[in-house]
Amino acid sequence: LSHGAGGRAMAQLIGEIFAENFANDLLAQGNDQAVFSVPPGRLAMTTDGYVVSPLFFPGGNIGSLAVHGTVNDLAMAGARPLHLSASFILEEGFPLADLARIAESMGAAAREAGVKIVTGDTKVVERGKADGVFISTAGIGVVPDGLDLSGDKARPGDVILVSGTIGDHGVAIMSSRENLQFETQILSDSAALNGLVADMVAACGESLRLLRDPTRGGLAATLNEIARQSNIGVRIEEDALPVKPEVAAACELLGLDPLNVANEGKLIAFVAPEAAEKLLRVMREHPLGKDAAIIGACVDDPHHFVQMRTSFGGGRIVDWLSGEQLPRIC
Amino acid sequence: MTQPARQREQQPTRLHLRLRGAVQGVGMRPFVHGLAARFSLSGFVRNDSEGVLIEVEGFTQDFVAALHAELPPLARLDSCECEEIFPRGDTGFVIETTRQGRAQTRIPADAATCEKCLDDLFDPSSRFHLYPFVNCTHCGPRYTLTRALPYDRAQTAMARFPMCEDCANDYADPTNRRFHAEPIACEKCGPRLSHQPQDIVAALRAGKIVALKGIGGFHLLCDARNADTVLELRRRKDREAKPFALMLANAASVALFGRPTPAELALLRAPAHPIVLIDSSRNLPDTVAPDMTRLGVMLAYAPVHHLLFRAAGAQRNAPCAFAVVATSANPGGEPLITDNDEAQRKLEKIADLIVTHDRDIVVRADDSVMHIVDGAPAFLRRARGFVPEPIDLGEDGPSVLACGGHLKATLTLTRGREAFVCQHIGDLSDAETFRFYEESATHLLRLLDIAPEAVACDLHPDYLSTRFAEDFGAPVLRFQHHAAHIAAIGAEHGETQILGAALDGTGLGADGAVWGGEVLRLDGHGGFTREGSLSALPLWGGDRAAREPFRMGVAAFAALGRLDEASAFFSAVPQAAQAAKMLGAKHPQTSSLGRLFDAAAALLGYPERQEFEGQAAMRLEALAREPRVLAGGFVWRDGKLDFTPLLAHFIDARPDARAGAELLHGTVIAGFSEALCALTQSGEKIALGGGCMMNRILSEGLAARLREENRAPLLARKLPPNDGGLSLGQAALARAVLMKV
Ligand SMILES: [Fe+3]
Ligand SMILES: [Mg+2]
Ligand SMILES: [Zn+2]
Ligand SMILES: [Zn+2]
Repeated sequence: LSHGAGGRAMAQLIGEIFAENFANDLLAQGNDQAVFSVPPGRLAMTTDGYVVSPLFFPGGNIGSLAVHGTVNDLAMAGARPLHLSASFILEEGFPLADLARIAESMGAAAREAGVKIVTGDTKVVERGKADGVFISTAGIGVVPDGLDLSGDKARPGDVILVSGTIGDHGVAIMSSRENLQFETQILSDSAALNGLVADMVAACGESLRLLRDPTRGGLAATLNEIARQSNIGVRIEEDALPVKPEVAAACELLGLDPLNVANEGKLIAFVAPEAAEKLLRVMREHPLGKDAAIIGACVDDPHHFVQMRTSFGGGRIVDWLSGEQLPRIC
Repeated sequence: MTQPARQREQQPTRLHLRLRGAVQGVGMRPFVHGLAARFSLSGFVRNDSEGVLIEVEGFTQDFVAALHAELPPLARLDSCECEEIFPRGDTGFVIETTRQGRAQTRIPADAATCEKCLDDLFDPSSRFHLYPFVNCTHCGPRYTLTRALPYDRAQTAMARFPMCEDCANDYADPTNRRFHAEPIACEKCGPRLSHQPQDIVAALRAGKIVALKGIGGFHLLCDARNADTVLELRRRKDREAKPFALMLANAASVALFGRPTPAELALLRAPAHPIVLIDSSRNLPDTVAPDMTRLGVMLAYAPVHHLLFRAAGAQRNAPCAFAVVATSANPGGEPLITDNDEAQRKLEKIADLIVTHDRDIVVRADDSVMHIVDGAPAFLRRARGFVPEPIDLGEDGPSVLACGGHLKATLTLTRGREAFVCQHIGDLSDAETFRFYEESATHLLRLLDIAPEAVACDLHPDYLSTRFAEDFGAPVLRFQHHAAHIAAIGAEHGETQILGAALDGTGLGADGAVWGGEVLRLDGHGGFTREGSLSALPLWGGDRAAREPFRMGVAAFAALGRLDEASAFFSAVPQAAQAAKMLGAKHPQTSSLGRLFDAAAALLGYPERQEFEGQAAMRLEALAREPRVLAGGFVWRDGKLDFTPLLAHFIDARPDARAGAELLHGTVIAGFSEALCALTQSGEKIALGGGCMMNRILSEGLAARLREENRAPLLARKLPPNDGGLSLGQAALARAVLMKV
């Protein structure tokens, strides 16, 4: 991939790659914007930037990740995602074949999630000014009337569910980064959750308080965020947390806590206690929720602590780490 | 007596004396009253907000000398200003009642039962005979009982026990040892124990585990000579190997279980009655303190303890073979239990018998732990018997609240020239401990009645103490961990510009790297320069490296460029092979001496998981008898101290664990003393701090070596050298910053 002179031919080539993989009527019009009408309801909109190293990892790549992440951000409001935009910053010299692979999996992810990538943009920057490719996206969706999910809605007594095993994505990324070999390969959980959310909303919409996808910072960061936003405390049970044995082993090796590790295809749900069992059943019926579990509940707590009852019965504080996991043992 | 002769020569005078220090609640006023009577002086004594004020009139020449020479056991004078004033011609001597306002500014520390109260306890004719809560102004609980200032009965846990007539008379009688003994009580009017001593002893003898409410919290007790019981206690407490402390009847019994030096015996008998580490005779079951050559011992310090040992057959001052393990009742790393209901709830599965009493413990305080290092006492943990005694900072300064570290947390609040360091709180990793931490902050602020100008904390963003500082609502000053370690030693010794070594576990460095073996120079204004450090090893696995020495073992191979040999060397640890494969990638590096000890421990035969951080290093310390230097075992060049030659020796020569431990200690001492000598400027003192200075061989070796080179090493004496002292260092640095402008 080159930049500057000869860029025009290149731009055409890139345009074809996207047209082929994202194929939809709006994009095919070739305008600088997409014009469409939306079904009734309130609009949800989100935007996100994707930088991940490595670009290709077990279970996905930056392209599928960008679609899943954007779709999930919409879905966490209970929205039905409609259309996405995608903008690419490419580093000079980036192999075209890699771009094609990325576009292909983006297209596939979009089709699977039932959304269209309706507009986009590409820039090529000098070598060293980007790391292969950066993708930034926007998405819009429609929230059904009467549904109002928000991070400040949790109340003491609410039950907390997670849709499946935690830590898979972050550990997959780190294993491939560190060249870590396991008997069972750890795959990223990257997936679009809008289908699962639709089932959950249909069954328990009126009892749902909020949904969130515990991406960067993992479950720990997300629970802490919600505790602050909702002015509550959170208690979870270590023994109830679904963690794949190979993920637990990798975390142990790497000195990480699965609670702090990113997920890309999981959600946590806060629900009124009386609806918790029903919601769990509904989630488990969906392929992306088959390992769903009730992991804890909300309590009154002016400190907004997230505490985990460990197997020994202690009340460990689950931290909200500011960045990498810096050692604290002195 | 030369008094009559002098009286003939001299005119009567009137003296005005101002006493500061630990002078309230320690029997000062009756003592002064007695002195005045002895010398036939008139005048008065009273407590006020600054301490004690005395005026005496008559032939006062010998009064001051006697005052200094005969102070009550718990009194300590920080200063005594004396001036002659115009005589008033009053007659008689009176103890004036406490004035209103900010009076009684100090609460004394808790003190072990004194000899006179022991006389009363075992005297059938005393009204305190066998009463488990006997005390006087020379002894008993104080800080742990007190809710608020001023320190008098109404503000303590004794408020709910109205004094009987006898107690009220003693309390009001200036000639009585119990004059204003706030916790005074007797069988008729005071607190009661839930069980009879002989029943408790019967349970212990039967191999049961007993929870006993004491002064600063509940202990778990069991018969130390019963290996099965000790093991059962370990199982129920989920504590595999961390050494237990022993409680013994009296000083005469110590020689039955260990070989105490005179200094250690003196420390055991000090009013605080701390746990003291002594050389073990190793005639108790191994389960008491596995792998350790030293034993933590304390003497019975509350009347109830004395009654227990009496019921077990102990005679006063005679050796008694009955020994009990006495460990804090703190399930799952939570704070020590102090409350009766909580004890019933949380100790139900640990203790077979729960013994309570109805005097509340207001302030929790663990047993203090000390040892003799380089000829003088040093702390491993500072709590009961020492808090809330302030540390004198030598000069007035702004008030700051310093929030400490993450593990072994303490808080320090300064007022004027004094620094009040709270008791050992624990590791800020569970909510109960954090609550205790917050309570301690609130308690300090209320007792000292002062609003700090700034809060100080560590650079580490994820210490809960840092979060606490950020939420406090005053300007936040952040200090590098190891600069604070060195400043803490400096503050104790009145030094601000100082060279220091922080030999430590890990702390966040000023450059974002993980530090821990640092030579820093403090500039006296809150800043520092990094003069030298250990050359770094890869830190693989974050905090896990502190518990799993093989990680640092593999890091040693990586640092030597011999990673391919690591998995064969650690063939017994399957994870080591994975580690070896991964360590090529970029990893955080650490210059921590604690982690270097872990690397050495791994290479010397302890690669596997340890129950607590520092355990591997403690094992090496216990093994080493005499530190020995490996020639060429270190390189000191360009501000970097490199011990990889020593690590290579461990890999290639495969010394046994003891020889290796001795080489490790000796070579680390040699390396750091060379670095420190090279860096000292003339006359500069050298502070030695950080968690590794809990290691006695290292502390003593380094101090001795530096003195041989005519340097002046300073060790931690008033606080532990580990993170327990961090808050004092932060406070000192914060004051320096605020005083600069
Ligand atoms: Fe430290
Ligand atoms: Mg987002
Ligand atoms: Zn006494
Ligand atoms: Zn009485």
